[in-house]
Amino acid sequence: MQAILSYSFSFFGTNVTIAALLGQGTLGLINGAFYACLSLGLAVIFGMLNIINFAHGALFMMGAFASWMLLNYLGIGYFPSLILSPLLVGLFGIFLEKTIISRLYKLDHLYGLLLTFGLALVIQGLFRNYYGSSGLPYQIPHVLQGATYIGFMYMPNYRGWVVLAALFVCLATWAIIEKTSLGATLRAATENAPLVQAFGVNVPRLITLTYGGGIALAAFAGVLAAPIYSVNPNMGDNFINIVFAVVVIGGMGSIMGSIVTGFALGVIEGMTKVVYPQASATVVFVVMVIVLLTKPRGLFGKAA
Amino acid sequence: MLDVKDLNAWYGESHILHGVDFNVQEGEVVTLLGRNGAGKTTTMKSIMGLVPRREGHVVFKGAETIDMMPNQIARTGIAICPEERGIFGSLSVTENLMLPPIVAPGGLSVNEIYTLFPNLKERARTAHGTRLSGGEQQMLAIGRILRTGAKMLLLDEPTEGLAPVIVQQIGRTIREIKARGFTVLLVEQNFRFAATVADRHYVMEHGKIIDMIENKQLEANMGKLHEYLGV
Repeated sequence: MQAILSYSFSFFGTNVTIAALLGQGTLGLINGAFYACLSLGLAVIFGMLNIINFAHGALFMMGAFASWMLLNYLGIGYFPSLILSPLLVGLFGIFLEKTIISRLYKLDHLYGLLLTFGLALVIQGLFRNYYGSSGLPYQIPHVLQGATYIGFMYMPNYRGWVVLAALFVCLATWAIIEKTSLGATLRAATENAPLVQAFGVNVPRLITLTYGGGIALAAFAGVLAAPIYSVNPNMGDNFINIVFAVVVIGGMGSIMGSIVTGFALGVIEGMTKVVYPQASATVVFVVMVIVLLTKPRGLFGKAA
Repeated sequence: MLDVKDLNAWYGESHILHGVDFNVQEGEVVTLLGRNGAGKTTTMKSIMGLVPRREGHVVFKGAETIDMMPNQIARTGIAICPEERGIFGSLSVTENLMLPPIVAPGGLSVNEIYTLFPNLKERARTAHGTRLSGGEQQMLAIGRILRTGAKMLLLDEPTEGLAPVIVQQIGRTIREIKARGFTVLLVEQNFRFAATVADRHYVMEHGKIIDMIENKQLEANMGKLHEYLGV
């Protein structure tokens, strides 16, 4: 084992060890967890509402702020926040859908994109106005402090928790959509909403709840992110560009595609940091270009 | 049971239905006959609320439904089997069958539906909706609305493009559900088929009902009907 881990090779003049590759790959899973949660929410929303939700990063940020506020104003800790913040931000999403976004369904995609982009700017601006942009600290909960040796590296416990929690929520979402009757109704409404409504399903309400659910996923990721990154109004920006690339690579609207692609790109990005650090910020987009050239509908996208 | 009066419908600027009047009594099978573009499918969709704009009166079991949403209309006990069948490709056969919510007691059980359509049972476990043959898709589209407890069924060209043996099976099914007390409004191009199942026929032209013929008097009116349908 040690021999394998310490094996090293040279790549464009960079000395690369297997241990470093594994370590960075594992850390990449953490970013991957955020990519997966966020792109999953985007995929669900796009499938049902036909809207490219540019406000996703801002609502992710709101999830982190909600947990900070719950702690600092109400004394509610991390674990209750994991449920409460997505619930509160999801309700805010429902409010946005009901009052503003639902007016755009008959128009071109572009209007939804512009509107949600504007909403993102407004939300970020409001938070910057009240909380500044320097960032607020959020402590890692006590039971998740420390680190554990996992054979080739010390894994900070909190980061391991983030990966597992995100994986669990993503797979649960997948199971709801692919394996339950509610999920069957959702998939059917994605295909032919008027007919599903003519069978007696209240499709407008289903759409509203879907948006709320997608937003709750983003807020959940925000709560997970709060102790890792400082809680600040722009924290969603770093993620959202990559997440859009993830959605495109996975295939617009594909559920499993977003989860697998999210985690995989986190790992690829991490490993690139070892092999060729200069490319780590762009490797996702290189992958996107390659995928679009070879499979224009994305890795998991369905043929038209 | 269903009373349609002065029904008008529009798609954007095009005025498709110009005052449609007809009624369907409980337990009847009634057809809408007419050439392509006469407004038969639009009439079906208008009853269900599936057109962008409709005016007039659609009274079902004594209640006006003209201002209701499609999901509310469905809950009053009307179900549609659309012309394009509307089988969902991302759903399995069983999911397609179980998709429409139960709106009233008294629908057929899944086993009864499988007895009517044995092919569906064989395909239920494996196939996805769109892998079915045209006939199987049509059986699925009819079968799934029999489950819901809706007693008024709108069947839009259920025999279109199907092999004669399957057309016969669908004919048997319509007679069977009529015997069980269902009411059926049927759009048909094939009036020979319609004659084997229906009590009355309405003839449509240019978005209006222009005639009504009792099935018993169909033979006597053949000449007139050929003229209407241009066959």
